[in-house]
Amino acid sequence: MNNSMIIGQYVPGHSLIHRLDPRTKILIIFFFVITVFFANSVWSYAILTAFAIGTALATRVPLSFVAKGLKPVWFLIIFTFLLHLFVSRQGDILFTVLGFPFYEESLIQGATLSLRFFLLILFTSLLTLTTSPIEITDAIESLLHPLKRIKFPVHELALMMSISLRFIPTLMQEAEKISKAQASRGVDFRTGSIKDRMSAIIPLLIPLFVSAFKRAEELAMAMEARGYQGGEGRTKIRELVFYKKDYSAFLFFLLVIAATIGTRM
Amino acid sequence: MSEQVEFRNVSFRYQEDAPRVLKDVDFSIDRGEWVAIIGHNGSGKSTIAKLMNGLLFAESGEVRVSGEVIGEENVWDVRKQVGMVFQNPDNQFVGTTVRDDVAFGMENRGIPREDMLRKVPESLKAVQMEAYEEHEPHRLSGGQKQRVAIAGVLAVAPDYMILDEATAMLDPKGRQEILETVRNVQQESDLTLITITHDLNEIVAADRVIVMNEGEVWFEGTPREVFSHKEALSRIGLDVPFVAKLTEELRSQGVHVKEEPLNHEEMVEELWNLRSKM
Repeated sequence: MNNSMIIGQYVPGHSLIHRLDPRTKILIIFFFVITVFFANSVWSYAILTAFAIGTALATRVPLSFVAKGLKPVWFLIIFTFLLHLFVSRQGDILFTVLGFPFYEESLIQGATLSLRFFLLILFTSLLTLTTSPIEITDAIESLLHPLKRIKFPVHELALMMSISLRFIPTLMQEAEKISKAQASRGVDFRTGSIKDRMSAIIPLLIPLFVSAFKRAEELAMAMEARGYQGGEGRTKIRELVFYKKDYSAFLFFLLVIAATIGTRM
Repeated sequence: MSEQVEFRNVSFRYQEDAPRVLKDVDFSIDRGEWVAIIGHNGSGKSTIAKLMNGLLFAESGEVRVSGEVIGEENVWDVRKQVGMVFQNPDNQFVGTTVRDDVAFGMENRGIPREDMLRKVPESLKAVQMEAYEEHEPHRLSGGQKQRVAIAGVLAVAPDYMILDEATAMLDPKGRQEILETVRNVQQESDLTLITITHDLNEIVAADRVIVMNEGEVWFEGTPREVFSHKEALSRIGLDVPFVAKLTEELRSQGVHVKEEPLNHEEMVEELWNLRSKM
């Protein structure tokens, strides 16, 4: 049994960012994403970049973890930049390398688009790095609460998410057990063509599905036996409270937005 | 008078054309009593558990809990009084941590948060799991998970607790943990306890035993009385414990064993007395 099993990329810690209410983090990220699209001057980008990098440092998450989160998108960021540099031809020719002209506008556009991309991914990844999945679930339930009025099943959605989170390690352990059992009977998961390996997955998936359904049925019965009747009239032991630090974070963020808007061209 | 759970001529089958799993079952359980229901697979013992808290409804006959017949309209009230622990430790663990899981039943009843925060550690203490409040289920052993399930039941302070084969999937150590926990809980509260099992070793501490066979009540009595029917027990598919087998052997060898010994200590005591008289 793996005791250090971590779901997602959450890095436990005690920094200010870790201790913020998850709702604060989600709201700030939401408005940050919008603000990034309003930036259009060197200064406004400088402010947002400083804010994003400053926040990343404040999480005290090792930078290697942050970089790992960005890994899948590095390619996209560089690709966007190069595409703009080579394909679009706007503005004056800045310089020529081996007879290939580089345009000023394309360079600027490529750089800003890549920077935007980088800022968005960096900042949103800070949420999953500093917030446990169950906290995110709680925050989503709380933030979506007003949608209850239009009959959106907020509580059910949150319960589904938290049960899935709870069963991920259980099902992973089970998958491991089944794969060992099947390997001992001669199923080969490691070698062969992609097609062979794909079909070797089937004897793993089917027992896993069957058992997941059985678990679901038993869990539903256990929940009923413990008096679960849906979200109506239910209290919660998990509680989200905005503290002073959350209000300070909002206030600070408002200043960042104001500065960004103020330095627009 | 103090009869709390009553089965009156209860019959049940899962489908219209299927054979009956329970046939005219008739028994009652008193307040504060510990009753073990034992039988081999398919004897109808788990069906009895599900009838007691309205997960199933009787086809004919009456199931009464605290004097009221269980029906569609009062099933949620009945479930508030009857706590249940199931067989599979993983498939009844709802919360992402021990604390969340113990609180689940209380949350369903709308108990205020402050009370929950007080009761969770209390109930965990009763099952010696107070050090694990923040643990996730995959970091617990099967026995620990079952103890958490018991704590979850204790937290809502029901009148009855049913353990439906709660030890069947555990290793010997986990089984011992649960049996000890159950014994402590039973001693310290006035909970009516109903344990369902197929293992004769687990009925020893009960006040009364109901032996089920083929959907019928086959025998009702104290554990000692049950153990005196060794041959018949093995005929209906129950594994007779070593001590009982030994008693049988000793008797056939002409050694006079007075009472039915229930466990090793009683057996030793009996043999020791035998020696000293000779």
